[in-house]
Amino acid sequence: MTRPRETDDVTGIETTGHEWDGIKELDNPLPRWWVNIFYACILGAIVFWVLYPSWPIWNGQEWTFVRGVIGTTPRDDVEKALARQAAQRARWQEQINKTPLAGIVKDPELLEFAIAGGKAAFGDNCAPCHGTGAQGGPGFPNLNDDEWLWGGTLDDIHQTITHGIRWESDPETRMSIMQGYLKDQILSREEVSDVVQYVLNFTGRASDPQAVERGAKTFADICSACHGADGKGNKYVGAPDLTNDIWLYGGDPETIFETVANGRAGQMPAWIERLDPATIKELAIYVHSLGGGLPGEETAAAE
Amino acid sequence: MAQGGMARSSRMNNGSAGKAATQASAVSAPGTKHPLYKSREPIYPKLAHGTYRRIKWAIMVVTLGIYYLLPWLRFDRGPNAPDQAVLLDLPGRRFYFFWIEIWPQEVYYLTGLLILGALALFLATSLFGRVWCGYTCPQTVWTDLFIHVERWIQGDRNRRIRLDRQPWNFEKIWKKGLTHLVWLLIAVATGGAWVFYFADAPTLMHELLVGTAPAPAYIAIGAFTFTTYSLGGLMREQVCIYMCPWPRIQGAMFDEYTLLVSYDEQRGEPRGPHKKGEPWEGRGDCVDCRQCVAVCPMGIDIRDGPQLECIQCALCIDACDEIMDRVGRPRRLIRYATLATPSGKRLEFKPIRPRTVIYATLIVLIGGLMLYSLLTRSDLEASVLHDRNPLYVRLSDGGVRNGYQLKVLNKSHDARDLKLSIEGLPAVSILRPLHEGPADRIRVDPDDVAAVRLYLKVPKAVLRDSAFDDGEAEVTFRLTDPASGSQAEAHSVFRVPTRRR
Repeated sequence: MTRPRETDDVTGIETTGHEWDGIKELDNPLPRWWVNIFYACILGAIVFWVLYPSWPIWNGQEWTFVRGVIGTTPRDDVEKALARQAAQRARWQEQINKTPLAGIVKDPELLEFAIAGGKAAFGDNCAPCHGTGAQGGPGFPNLNDDEWLWGGTLDDIHQTITHGIRWESDPETRMSIMQGYLKDQILSREEVSDVVQYVLNFTGRASDPQAVERGAKTFADICSACHGADGKGNKYVGAPDLTNDIWLYGGDPETIFETVANGRAGQMPAWIERLDPATIKELAIYVHSLGGGLPGEETAAAE
Repeated sequence: MAQGGMARSSRMNNGSAGKAATQASAVSAPGTKHPLYKSREPIYPKLAHGTYRRIKWAIMVVTLGIYYLLPWLRFDRGPNAPDQAVLLDLPGRRFYFFWIEIWPQEVYYLTGLLILGALALFLATSLFGRVWCGYTCPQTVWTDLFIHVERWIQGDRNRRIRLDRQPWNFEKIWKKGLTHLVWLLIAVATGGAWVFYFADAPTLMHELLVGTAPAPAYIAIGAFTFTTYSLGGLMREQVCIYMCPWPRIQGAMFDEYTLLVSYDEQRGEPRGPHKKGEPWEGRGDCVDCRQCVAVCPMGIDIRDGPQLECIQCALCIDACDEIMDRVGRPRRLIRYATLATPSGKRLEFKPIRPRTVIYATLIVLIGGLMLYSLLTRSDLEASVLHDRNPLYVRLSDGGVRNGYQLKVLNKSHDARDLKLSIEGLPAVSILRPLHEGPADRIRVDPDDVAAVRLYLKVPKAVLRDSAFDDGEAEVTFRLTDPASGSQAEAHSVFRVPTRRR
């Protein structure tokens, strides 16, 4: 700076030349410790340049970066951490693999791990259809309630998740057909209407008593094969109970008509094609723990 | 008072203003050298003798004694709890302070303590100036200790100055070396004492000695050794001047009624050397012996008036009193007094003023509130979280089920078997999937939290009940300890499908 600098009268210290309303700023030197820390920070930055990835370089094909003396990157660290975590889990995973479902639910520690793991796997794989809270939606069963198309014991749920429903690439998949009785010209429009009235009558909601009478015969001839003469359904063929308050596609007359007329064939993948057996066990336990799981032979003692 | 960058210059404002003024408004020539940093001016505080030095000795013994010995104090809490009187158990998430045990969610007690501490600081400062800085601040206490070590090994002020000036020889090397060694030992002991607050002291001591203590303990000791050694041994007054924000806040705490360590200019000036037998008429009592400067740990001259650097340690009072006794003049030429007004008049010290009354009232209020809540808090607490997804589940029989996460805090040191009852819902039943035993019994371990996943179910028949008119009903989870009769409750809602209109 070539400009002559003014010196403060009282202190004998130069001013910076900045002035606000007659108040001038003294150009006091910085304390030594402050300056030293500042230099140390600059040195530290240089050390970081050398130790860690810092400089982008062109390797002839793409932009990459200098790896630094340590030779590690934050991405490597993440991958290592993930591998460590997998290794930690492996012990539990192995135990889950070895232990039958009934044994897992009796071991509080293993049960906690299974429920936590099942919850995470549910969010990743099942939530897109069944919802994050397993509350389902039209066509996708609510897994919290106590109505189970294919059975609600631990083993039933496990079987369903493993092999799926109407998943043709899996020979053990759950399979049944709800035909479209109007579409396939098995029943006339009036006959379908009548049988809908008969079904509504199970829950006391029929509006046409004569139609109920007419529908009774059709129901007995055709529907009762799967749904049972009393309409209570059949878990072996995934036929829903028509006498309770839970409707997969909707319980209003229009939707029931649609169901009988055009049929239903909901699908679920066979998850054994994508997930390992331990995860499927965890999923089964998690779903069972949501509150609607039914006691099976193996869990009867625990319930 | 000047502040910030002008701090160091302010000391010349009063006494030596005349000298500097003779330089007139000089304009420096171009190319004047500006040093990049301010080098530290070495300070060699001389040992003072007198009332305030004795007070400082006593406070040093008490504060250091508390700091070093407190973790070793035992306090029997019975089984299932540590027997250390003061313990900050971070892994276990408990703070123990004698009979008080703080859980993480009660950390507001610590916040309250900090607020009380701040208010007490305000009150003390508005009454007596920087008494915290001068007597009890750890920076002051440890610096004082380090200066005594220096004095003990190297001698008092003059011998230390001489030692610093002489070339490096055997005497200088061993004296300086020993000083730094003792400083380091004190620093290590400071860090060593700190970690005992966070773990069982005897166990940790053993682990530290055999080298099996957890790494954070060694790291904490290392960090404290470094900071104690550098702040107390090397940086000293620079911490107060440059690093601490408190001196900057002082200005808002003082007023014309505050007692501050100050030099009585009216009595002392005009100053000058005095020979025995000379008359005292026509001159001030200050004999310009500069003893007040010699004992000052901040290296300032109190006669320059109030200064940002002054930590009000009052050692200059002791030094001046000694000289006044010797020359046969009354003591307390430097004393605790209110600041002189521009006319030179000093107002009388007034402890009761709006400022101090407000601070004291706030201290009593907040302290009382904390004490009340501490004494009336329960050792059994419950909280409950209603499932958000799904809000409710309709069951095949038409009933409705809601899910909850119930947490029960047992702050006692005994296990408890609690009975859960649900209030506010007609015909309710409790479900706990995969749980063995009765659903309404909850066991909580001593000093622990039980997290219980449970469901409430009401049958279809009661859904028309007026309790559900709004689509939800208030529900109370009540936990009763049959052994002691103590209770805790948590409130939530039970949601049902909205009725079709």
